[in-house]
Amino acid sequence: MEALININKLNLFYGAFHALKDVSLTIPEKAITAFIGPSGCGKSTLLRTLNRMNDMIPGTRIEGGIAIGGTEIYSNEVDVETLRKKVGMVFQQPNPFPKSIYDNVAYGPRLHGITSKRELDEIVETSLKSAVLWEEVKDHLKRSAFGLSGGQQQRLCIARALAVNPNILLMDEATSALDPISTLKIEELAQELKDKYTIVMVTHNMHQAARVSNQTVFFLNGEVIEYSDTEKLFSNPTDQRTEDYISGRFG
Amino acid sequence: MNIFQDANRKQIANRRKTDWYLHILFVIATSIGVLALCALIVDILVDGIARLQPDLFTNFPSRKADGSGMKSALVGTIYMLLIMAPISFIFGVGAAIYLEEYAKKGRITRIIQLNISTLAGVPSIVYGILGLTLFVRLLSLDRSLIAGALTMTLLVLPIIIVSAQEAIRAVPKSRRDASFALGATKWQTVYRSVMPSALPGVLTGVILAMSRAIGETAPLVMIGALTYVAFLPDGLKDSFTVIPIQVYNWLSKPQLEFKELAASGIIVLLALLLLMNFSAILLRNKYQKNV
Ligand SMILES: Nc1ncnc2c1ncn2[C@@H]1O[C@H](COP(=O)(O)OP(=O)(O)OP(=O)(O)O)[C@@H](O)[C@H]1O
Ligand SMILES: [Mg+2]
Repeated sequence: MEALININKLNLFYGAFHALKDVSLTIPEKAITAFIGPSGCGKSTLLRTLNRMNDMIPGTRIEGGIAIGGTEIYSNEVDVETLRKKVGMVFQQPNPFPKSIYDNVAYGPRLHGITSKRELDEIVETSLKSAVLWEEVKDHLKRSAFGLSGGQQQRLCIARALAVNPNILLMDEATSALDPISTLKIEELAQELKDKYTIVMVTHNMHQAARVSNQTVFFLNGEVIEYSDTEKLFSNPTDQRTEDYISGRFG
Repeated sequence: MNIFQDANRKQIANRRKTDWYLHILFVIATSIGVLALCALIVDILVDGIARLQPDLFTNFPSRKADGSGMKSALVGTIYMLLIMAPISFIFGVGAAIYLEEYAKKGRITRIIQLNISTLAGVPSIVYGILGLTLFVRLLSLDRSLIAGALTMTLLVLPIIIVSAQEAIRAVPKSRRDASFALGATKWQTVYRSVMPSALPGVLTGVILAMSRAIGETAPLVMIGALTYVAFLPDGLKDSFTVIPIQVYNWLSKPQLEFKELAASGIIVLLALLLLMNFSAILLRNKYQKNV
């Protein structure tokens, strides 16, 4: 598998607080990489550096670099709007817009200048199909997204992210607000999507990481402690701290 | 075993008594407000209902109470609303968007914020003085419709800014994040995600500010809106009058007939206010379903 994301000696500061310390990682394409670690260890922070959502937090400072497909994303070569189009994000709480199902999915394409109804119809349909939501909603696309269940809303948010044709999908605890059945659906969906997309997910659920991901990164206090194939990390960790964490001795 | 035996029934009885007394107190407090409003309405209806006839709307004021109307005042109020509404909407909402979405949350923003909140509470006559200096004298607009409308715009701007800010702030951050994460620029996020959610609240604030403005008298007296106008304003620079000034004029006359006219003027003003507040509520309810 080819490396798609190259994180090189990344340091991130929130004001004086050193949140990420010398993080270096290569994330392969078309696979699922999971970030695990105790609360506050910097998983979300690292995820947000990948689509530069941290830029909006005042007082944030960054050192080191991140290259995606060989291009430095914090350089002038990349517009943040284009970056976010290519690196989609799904949040912990499903956050659809108070609009119709159709308009939710069409929101992104419209931002980027697509206005033709036919084109939008097609994008909405393929995105909802990719997010395995189409069958459930195809007859009432004009209904408010707020009428959907939590799990459906989250799949709608995934469809919305897919609609702008990204390469990478970031999922920050995307199932932690959902019931077990909806969680399972999203996990299956992630498995399907990894054939076409590179997925980076943060999860607190060890079983989920073990079930779904190909690689797992274990963080502690802003540092990468261990990074390897998921199977190896869970069956045979090299670091004592990883072992302690995955066996539930802390965190 | 009786699990209720340790209950202190006397203490509970006392607690209930306090509850009951306070309940009555709160009902009285509410009734006072409602009764005052009812008394006002009944009083005015009794005085003014008789003169609430077509003449009132189609005739200009005259020296004789019979056949006297408030056509010029009603039209003046409506013209003023029509000028004031778009100007104050654009500037008020623009300022609110800037302060909430664009401005860095630093010292200067805080000072501006404090200023605006203070301005919202400044007595209206002060705006009259400002309007007199700025529009009537400095820009030589004289005692015109436009000078009056601009003065009133200044008066309602801070109210609109503050209420629009509140509406914008109430839009959850997650909706902005969702938009930014799809590659939206700031303006796209504001226009497509924040404003649609905030608009009902913003419009409600604008309408309520407008309804405050149409009842204001002091600033317009200050800039010299005429009390006796027997023609319709024919352009922005024409002189004008508004309903509360007409009412004030009628009240200042000794004859009983004019007092009755004043009461019917107040009925018209109240009806207008009620209409505006009602539409504000309607607007809010209509959109709340969709949020
Ligand atoms: N906006 C911010 N300003 C200041 N400090 C922050 C900010 N966001 C996060 N932090 C701090 O940075 C550290 C890492 O936070 P982060 O949200 O990345 O943790 P996390 O691993 O995602 O935790 P969780 O599992 O609870 O979501 C924490 O100590 C947190 O307090
Ligand atoms: Mg987190």
